[in-house]
Amino acid sequence: MSVRVQADDFDASHEIAALTANRTDIGAIVTFTGTVRGEAKGKSIASMTLEHYPGMTEAELERVEAEAHARWPLDATRIIHRFGELKPGANIVLVVTASRHRQAAFEAAEYLMDYLKSRAPFWKKETAADGTGNWVDARETDEAALARWNLPVKPTPGVKPAG
Amino acid sequence: MKLLYFAWVRERIGRAGETLELPAEIRTVADLVAWLKTRGPEYAEAFARPDLVRAAINQEHVKPDAPIAGAREIAFFPPVTGG
Repeated sequence: MSVRVQADDFDASHEIAALTANRTDIGAIVTFTGTVRGEAKGKSIASMTLEHYPGMTEAELERVEAEAHARWPLDATRIIHRFGELKPGANIVLVVTASRHRQAAFEAAEYLMDYLKSRAPFWKKETAADGTGNWVDARETDEAALARWNLPVKPTPGVKPAG
Repeated sequence: MKLLYFAWVRERIGRAGETLELPAEIRTVADLVAWLKTRGPEYAEAFARPDLVRAAINQEHVKPDAPIAGAREIAFFPPVTGG
């Protein structure tokens, strides 16, 4: 299982080590870590609470991951997303992609993040220092980020980008 | 039918979920939203802007015109904001 939804923190270097243990076929590893910002719209944030839909969250992340594997020659991937109350600076999400060459790893990591943001059922609520809560609005730029992936970017078989 | 609510949809309705007997004439997600809105002011407020409420049937995203036949679980929630 390479998808995990958890309240606990994660350690990116530990996940990379686990993903690549005893493997010599991998030539490129890309990681993305999303963290909690301490301010939003000029206001300071005391904490960020992530609500999710248990069951559907895991299913949706697995679907997105399977699509990335169908699209790029990936050797391994890991997606970890936290839920619950998180403080500014805390880790929210980790995406790791491993491939023989860097292009697939870079592109797949971006694809995973774009699709995860638009489909995985998580909702962020910011709590300000004075205790007021605010549900974060979905950003139109996140929807726009998906549009580019509708292009047929499947790598041409036999063409190996430089590693 | 098992219904689930998340984020501000849950807060406005005042519960995380419920099991309701649905009238037979409800065929789509949009029909269900229209019917729920008649159940009280908290539902009317939660679904005041149907374009801002997303739905899932059996834990898969669906559009408002999706038929609800065969559904075990229908969820309503705002556009997702994870990542």
